[in-house]
Amino acid sequence: MLEITGLRKSFAGFVAVNDVSLTVDTRQICAVIGPNGAGKSTFFNLITGHIRSDTGRVVLDGRDVTGMAPHRICALGMGRSFQLTNIFPRLTVLQNVQAALLAHHGRGHDFWSRAETLLRDEAEALLATIGLAAVANTTAGTLAYGNQKQLELGLALASDPKVLLLDEPTAGMSAGETHETIALLRRIAEERGLTLLFTEHDMAVVFGIAQKIAVLYQGRKLAEGPPEEVRANPEVRRVYLGEHA
Amino acid sequence: MSIPLSRPMTRTALPMIRRVPWTLLVFLLLLPMPWVGSRYDTFLTTQILIDALFAVSLNLLLGTTGLVSFGHVAYFGVGAYVCGILMKTYGLPFIIAFPASGLGAAFFSLIFGFFCVRLTKIYFAMLTLAFSQIVWAIAFKWDAVTGGDQGIADVPFPDMRWMASIPGIGDLSENGRFYILTLTLVALCVAAIGQITRSPFGRMLTAIRDNRERAAFIGLNVRAYELTVFVVAGGFAGFAGALYGIFTRGVFPDYVFWPQSAQVMIMTILGGMNYLWGPPIGALVLDWLNQEITNYTQYWPFVLGSILLILLFLLPGGVVGGLVRLTGFVQRRMARRDA
Repeated sequence: MLEITGLRKSFAGFVAVNDVSLTVDTRQICAVIGPNGAGKSTFFNLITGHIRSDTGRVVLDGRDVTGMAPHRICALGMGRSFQLTNIFPRLTVLQNVQAALLAHHGRGHDFWSRAETLLRDEAEALLATIGLAAVANTTAGTLAYGNQKQLELGLALASDPKVLLLDEPTAGMSAGETHETIALLRRIAEERGLTLLFTEHDMAVVFGIAQKIAVLYQGRKLAEGPPEEVRANPEVRRVYLGEHA
Repeated sequence: MSIPLSRPMTRTALPMIRRVPWTLLVFLLLLPMPWVGSRYDTFLTTQILIDALFAVSLNLLLGTTGLVSFGHVAYFGVGAYVCGILMKTYGLPFIIAFPASGLGAAFFSLIFGFFCVRLTKIYFAMLTLAFSQIVWAIAFKWDAVTGGDQGIADVPFPDMRWMASIPGIGDLSENGRFYILTLTLVALCVAAIGQITRSPFGRMLTAIRDNRERAAFIGLNVRAYELTVFVVAGGFAGFAGALYGIFTRGVFPDYVFWPQSAQVMIMTILGGMNYLWGPPIGALVLDWLNQEITNYTQYWPFVLGSILLILLFLLPGGVVGGLVRLTGFVQRRMARRDA
């Protein structure tokens, strides 16, 4: 579903991501872990087209999307959520999701209808899925942090993606919120047949949900494989898990 | 989900005053002006109407999309010149010159906007300003076409004799008829802009205003949307310019000079850029203050500046924002008393 080969990016001589390859199968849940500054966010930004890679290729569902603009990659089936919440703060929760749905259905250049009434049922259904139906008419920027993260997930889901990239979906959440979010993610991935690629700090989350783990360290891929194998890898233990476990 | 939901607030992002056909109401309210008002009233209202359209068109960029254009007057000016040149130099009727002025302004917006939307924030603002100064320089120097610093004087009024066939309008003066024409065209343009703001396209624009980066990741080609709205806003500014050239019976390079961009921006912000009716109210307040204060003192820029300063500090959401807050406050008070 997602094939990444030899991705590399340097900023003013500093190599942030160095020749990283990764393959994620359809419906697989894959985690990318690594200490701070390992290049996880840059790696994600390269995949989603937010920044251009120096070399390497990204193939999404058989199509080469290397160097494409984010909105085109999004249209081809890659959804994304951000590490810091990234929503439309002055629109209501419903309007947020509605905007994403309108964009996905290509209605954005419709000058003649009323946005208010279009795709309303779909938007409400999506809000129900992510558990925000009760706050549909609240201004999104005033939501609690955890709810904003949920809404972000809703925005990513609105484009009906095949692959969902989540940059630290539980960052800043309490233990309870983290647990709920993971349960939600797992359920949605199951229901919609999603392929998930995510970064995460919380090792309990990673080993609880991921079917495959890739470890980044100083911009390089240190290890890749099923959770048990990665956990047993001595080098991984030395550079990373050791300090956390 | 057991993630605690933040307390649901009844306050929606936009007030529920949209179902009222405001444009029609305002149109009907202002229609009798030439009969009941003085010549001066009609004259001042015509100017306010034209400025209102100009400010509403700017607000498509400023309030709706979050694009700070500091050169919007360029497209107003192009519209004024196109209409003036076609009517004066080539003797074409208004019915051709007016649409042409909008198209001409939209065409310039397309070319300049193509470069502008490649930049963001202050760099975008500076580039729009630069382009508007280019338009000014052309207007000032290209004697053969624009009349240079002499401009185009004596732009004729449109042929409004056909209006005589409408009952009641026959006895109006030419200025009165032009007022009716302006009111009708401005109302139509404002209604169109209102529809654009409420359309799915408008929703995409507000999404871009709120979060440009995220907008790309819901699948929007942000630059294409920005360019589209830049062209639309430019076109409507062109319409306003065309009317203004006829209203003042001439088109001069001053119309395109950059302080005019600042003035229309002040109108928009003063009235309230989060509301469709903010900019027209801003135009009303500014034009009216301008006239009134000039009557009393030669230091009007000083007085005007002070008043603006106070209004901007006391009403951060503009005049309309302040009114909406006041209405909400009164409603809550009433609800509390009822409870």
